[in-house]
Amino acid sequence: MKEMILVLIASALVNNVVLSQFLGLCPFLGVSKKTKTAASMGAAVIFVIMIASAVTYGIHYGILVTLKMEYMQTIVFILVIAALVQLVEMLLKKISPPLYQALGVYLPLITTNCAVLGVAINNIGNGSSFGESMVNSLGTSVGFLIAIVIMAGIRERLEGNDIPKPFRGMPIVLITAGLMAIAFCGFAGVV
Amino acid sequence: MGKWFKQFFNGLIKENPTFVLMLGMCPTLAVTTSASNGLGMGLTTTAVLALSNLFISLIRKIIPDKVRIPAFIVVVAAFVTIVQMLLQAYLPELNESLGLYIPLIVVNCIILGRAEAFAYKNGPVISLFDGLGMGLGFTFGLTCIASVREIIGAGTIFGAHIMPASYEPMAIFTLAPGAFFVLALLTALQNVFKAPSATNTPNAKVACGGNCAACMDGGCVANREEIARVNGIKEAEAVAAKAEAARKAAEAKKAAEAAKAAAEAAKAEETPATENKEGEA
Repeated sequence: MKEMILVLIASALVNNVVLSQFLGLCPFLGVSKKTKTAASMGAAVIFVIMIASAVTYGIHYGILVTLKMEYMQTIVFILVIAALVQLVEMLLKKISPPLYQALGVYLPLITTNCAVLGVAINNIGNGSSFGESMVNSLGTSVGFLIAIVIMAGIRERLEGNDIPKPFRGMPIVLITAGLMAIAFCGFAGVV
Repeated sequence: MGKWFKQFFNGLIKENPTFVLMLGMCPTLAVTTSASNGLGMGLTTTAVLALSNLFISLIRKIIPDKVRIPAFIVVVAAFVTIVQMLLQAYLPELNESLGLYIPLIVVNCIILGRAEAFAYKNGPVISLFDGLGMGLGFTFGLTCIASVREIIGAGTIFGAHIMPASYEPMAIFTLAPGAFFVLALLTALQNVFKAPSATNTPNAKVACGGNCAACMDGGCVANREEIARVNGIKEAEAVAAKAEAARKAAEAKKAAEAAKAAAEAAKAEETPATENKEGEA
């Protein structure tokens, strides 16, 4: 149990997926203008990462390893993830329209999110058990949620501030991300 | 020949993926800790981009339009796997230091973007040159950013000391925060000199114009709203046009019916006349 908690903290804070591994930067920079949208995006990422890593774990050990085709990993994983996202979108539309309303718009955007594929490949690469992989996936995606919500909060505050002209727009967002990364470096000693 | 080189230089300079299009930000920030890593990542991406562009262009007439994106992904993923195996065999050190970011080339937006925007619509040779130009442009961008980070952060370039011994390296520039700072300064400089870049061109109504190659991924949410609005207008127009057509059709039908009715009436007038005659008879 203690190890699981450590894995969770390590993946959520110490090796934050955006700020120290640079995965999922595009939505982090693109969809962080409003806290509400950022939170929905984060929730959608948690949802997709959890499902995707469970399914890819099953496929890797169930099919690829038994057939000795581990080298097909990249091709199989990306296709499975893309198909899965489509499937989840259709299912949500059918089963739970309110949830689809909240997350649906973000689902197709996540297909090409490197965080999803990155976590799936990392879980296999680390040789972790199913439980550890799921905890790691949860931690990573929660780390994404934390980072994007904080970023959106700061960006809301930044609006209307007197920023030097060349730094308006993307540069100030990147500087903010850099400062957040420094803050997250502080977690390095925790685990 | 001339147009091939034009396409090559278009990718290398005019539409440089790192400096102008601002695409593929994840590897740009993640692997630029040292100049050799940046160069290695750039060349790996170039190989995948050029080969996938060539191959997709060759099979573009066979791919059905509806499943083109999955088809592109399969082609790109296959080449990434091949390149990854080659690196493992011949350049294990580079493979080790790039690690996870090699399989992640699959989701690099430059590659899918060029497949969709260029290779799917053009011949194989020019697509190959486009891939080479874009790839080398990306390599150039990565190597530049990586060199700046390595010089400031470690005082070396490609591992060779170039700064005076008294220089105290600012290690933070080779760590994660440094990546954000260097990119921030780069985009700020572009803003100062008004250099063309995806980050300072005034936002078009639909920022990407439906062109994925020129789209910062996140723009899609804003775009989606804009596209939904435009589609809404189009739909409303279509509905209006339909209504108009229906009205016209109804009018025509009415006119036709009226004519028919008139004809029938005329006939009816005739019939009673005959009936009357019969009656008289």
